[in-house]
Amino acid sequence: MTDEELIWRISGGSGDGIASTSQNFAKALMRSGLNVFTHRHYPSRIRGGHTYTEIRAAADPVDSRGDGYNFLLALGDSFARNPQEGAVYGNEEIKPLSENLDELREGGVIVYDEGLLDPSEIPNFDERAEENDWHVFPLDLRGLARDMGREVMRNTAGVGATCALIGMDLEHVEDLMRDAMPEKILDPNLEILETAYDQVREEYDVDGVDVSVPTGEHEETQLLMSGSDAISYGAIDEGCRFIAGYPMTPWTEVFTIMTQNLPELGGISEQVEDEIAAAALAVGASHAGVKAMSGSSGGGFALMSEPLGLAEMTETPLVLVEAMRAGPSTGMPTKPEQSDLEHVLYTSQGDSQRVVLAPGTVEEAYEQSRIAFRLAYEYQIPTILLYDQKLGGELKNVPKSHFDREPNPTLGKTLTEEELAEQPHSADGKFHRFQHDVEDGVTPRSIPGQKGGRFLATGNEHDPTGHISESPDNRVAQIDRRTQKLEAIRADLDTEDTSSYAGPDDAEYGILTFGSQQGTVEEAVGRLNEAGVSVKSLGVSDMLPFATEEVEAFIESVDEVLVVEMTASGQFRGLVQKNLGRYGEKLSSLLKYNGNPFEPAEVVDGFEAAIIEGDGDASDHQTTFVPAAGD
Amino acid sequence: MSTFSAIGEEREIDRDEYTPGVEPQPTWCPGCGDFSVLKALKQALPEVGRSPEETLLCTGIGCSGKLNSYLDTYGFHTIHGRSLPVARAAKLANPDLEVIAAGGDGDGYGIGGNHFIHTARENHDMTYIVFNNEIFGLTKGQTSPTSPKGHKSKTQPHGSAKEPLKPLSLSLNAGASYVARTAAVNPNQAKEILIEAIEHDGFAHVDFLTQCPTWNKDARQYVPYIDVNDSDDYDFDKTDRVEAAEMMRTTEEALYEGEVLTGRFYVDEDRLSYGQEKRQIGEMPEEPLAERYWDDDYDWERSYDQFVDKHE
Ligand SMILES: Cc1ncc(C[n+]2csc(CCOP(=O)(O)OP(=O)(O)O)c2C)c(N)n1
Ligand code: SF4
Ligand SMILES: [Mg+2]
Repeated sequence: MTDEELIWRISGGSGDGIASTSQNFAKALMRSGLNVFTHRHYPSRIRGGHTYTEIRAAADPVDSRGDGYNFLLALGDSFARNPQEGAVYGNEEIKPLSENLDELREGGVIVYDEGLLDPSEIPNFDERAEENDWHVFPLDLRGLARDMGREVMRNTAGVGATCALIGMDLEHVEDLMRDAMPEKILDPNLEILETAYDQVREEYDVDGVDVSVPTGEHEETQLLMSGSDAISYGAIDEGCRFIAGYPMTPWTEVFTIMTQNLPELGGISEQVEDEIAAAALAVGASHAGVKAMSGSSGGGFALMSEPLGLAEMTETPLVLVEAMRAGPSTGMPTKPEQSDLEHVLYTSQGDSQRVVLAPGTVEEAYEQSRIAFRLAYEYQIPTILLYDQKLGGELKNVPKSHFDREPNPTLGKTLTEEELAEQPHSADGKFHRFQHDVEDGVTPRSIPGQKGGRFLATGNEHDPTGHISESPDNRVAQIDRRTQKLEAIRADLDTEDTSSYAGPDDAEYGILTFGSQQGTVEEAVGRLNEAGVSVKSLGVSDMLPFATEEVEAFIESVDEVLVVEMTASGQFRGLVQKNLGRYGEKLSSLLKYNGNPFEPAEVVDGFEAAIIEGDGDASDHQTTFVPAAGD
Repeated sequence: MSTFSAIGEEREIDRDEYTPGVEPQPTWCPGCGDFSVLKALKQALPEVGRSPEETLLCTGIGCSGKLNSYLDTYGFHTIHGRSLPVARAAKLANPDLEVIAAGGDGDGYGIGGNHFIHTARENHDMTYIVFNNEIFGLTKGQTSPTSPKGHKSKTQPHGSAKEPLKPLSLSLNAGASYVARTAAVNPNQAKEILIEAIEHDGFAHVDFLTQCPTWNKDARQYVPYIDVNDSDDYDFDKTDRVEAAEMMRTTEEALYEGEVLTGRFYVDEDRLSYGQEKRQIGEMPEEPLAERYWDDDYDWERSYDQFVDKHE
């Protein structure tokens, strides 16, 4: 399949419009009938700093970034200019062309803006180009854009040149520009696009270029969506109409999407003073009878620890999303990692209960966002959707029909005033909100303003009416009941399809992963299978209550298991062992924590080195192997 | 029967309705000023016609937070410092509820200070009662943000080196539209102020001086007090920000010289509440959001119909 794909990388400076240009181009490829998947890399700055987006497009489904790329459109960093020469930015300006150049495949294409970039600054550029059979096209994109519109439109010129070189019709690109651009800038952009296209076709022998756009066809309408979009739409379809938050990368995406959409739905969004307030507001709104959410990334989520516990103790339904980025502390704000897993599982004092789901794909992000709300409200428990900068930000095509589902605005086990009248009350009329013996541990709740429903919600241990109680019998009854809910949730989750399998059932080896690395692992399994290796994979989403039986059966069915995760300390592997209580000698780890997600080849090579060759040294890559106990 | 039929019900409300039938676990010491807040609230609520089941009382943690155990309404005893964010969200979710938040000086001016500033700034339509005993009561008498300079406690053995926080001035500057101070020893004024605060459409902050005879031994009983609105010695316009600021400053300084000044310090009836502001810009529905979940005829929007087309 790798020959049949285009991996187009557009690189430039932060603020150069890389994100919107690549999104439109990905959509054009999708509309032409291809499956697409994007991977973006950006620094934590507003202006300047090398950024790129890769679009992988193929006729077959693509669920991961690829290995390297075969087309580079290097725009140059227009913000990397410094009045005091060399003072701060150093060689930043050339980076769009120089960075990761080694990953450009043999026979690959380079288009660079000769108005901004000078390849003589790159050591041995010409030799390397010749050695690797790269086709290099220096084009004055900036000059062309300046002549016909404005300099910033050089992205468009780059897209026009790309289309000319890969044999792609301008039709879909033009349609998209018409949809997306205001009149004023549309015409010059169209002109620039066509001129660049024509110029390249006239001046160069494009037939000699080996990289071409694949052709494909979709059976149904596709949507280009990110994990953040999918999470937001899942929330909306579950009737979530309240969000409170405080900006933090990368969670800000969900917060922004919800905030922009909620007014149209008669919902409420609140940007508040800090994350403690954000989570507390979600608790307050939910208590008052509205489906509510909040969320953050590592540091902000840390501040939510106490309100999270309050929701658990008061059995207030609550959905939080946690968009992981590389830590500790401020870490690397725009880089993905999965190392908040333990933080999210265990933060907040006491034997506190929660649900944690880690979706693996854009589709799962939508589904599990819905499951998170359903569980939170049906079982009156906080539910956390754990994802990362990779899943949140990457774009992928998803069939439109995936979203054609009924809304579910139900609040879970709540009572009408008529029903409340039938419920146990104290002599003074207080409703027994927290009864001891109830099915599944879930006691129905009332909403403030309802007649006959008054009770006290408190973070202190409490008796059935909610009043503070430190009686040992009551304590045990309440803790046992709250814990019982997790068993019911486990059984409930067994009816959902949250795990993902790839490879033959009877495989000899296994790869275990969670969350956003799932697609990459599955592609690696496909390649290993093609190469004759007997391996399968399991992508787990149910972090808490853990998918114990499924994972156990998976591990039991193979000889050896490699656990793949973006952490430095093997947190997921630890979670598996904690829940299963054994298999230390059967599990080894492949870790990556350099700020970039795994590429499929790294998993393939890592697996071969670790399991087949047994020494674990895949030293070409920035991955780390941790052997099984006793190895 | 509507969903929330306790709300807006026209009937006589008896003070005893707020008294729990079962005696709560006793927590307040004899002579504690907190009893006065309870008493004043029990008088004020029936007078404003708000029944226990249309009232949501959100408290923080502290002796003051135990108010929920003594006052029977819908209650949310939250966590230390966080009563305001919980309360204001409940108000946004269902503006028909009567929402009151309450807590201690440590709770509201210390650990929850950020929420205090921002809730005042946003002018949420709610009442906030701070039980100001100038001490951490529940944790056994440590120095609080309002303890006077030089105050000695186990955690400030050499006497506090810090100037006390000035809650009234802070409130005014942050944006509260009703700011008052009353004292436990002044039941009539306390009741009147609470009535006004509850009826006020905006953020009403009541700094309630409550003596703590257990830990604040040198503490005054906050007597004698002077009502600055009635006294001939003071003349200021409580609707004028500048004059209010001046009066607050005098009051805050006088307290540490043994003079207890109370009354309404700032009242702005014109400023829109946060809910009104949000509705004006189209970011909050006209009907209480909480009611929608019970409306069988409501046609719940789907992302499929509403949003996904732009991803095609
Ligand atoms: C996060 C957190 N920190 C500390 C405490 C311990 N604590 C409980 S109440 C309190 C201070 C109480 O003082 P105040 O708010 O003035 O209330 P009072 O008891 O005087 O009414 C403290 C420090 C806590 N419960 N939670
Ligand atoms: S310790 Fe002080 S504030 Fe607490 S109940 Fe006793 S007297 Fe009141
Ligand atoms: Mg206090």
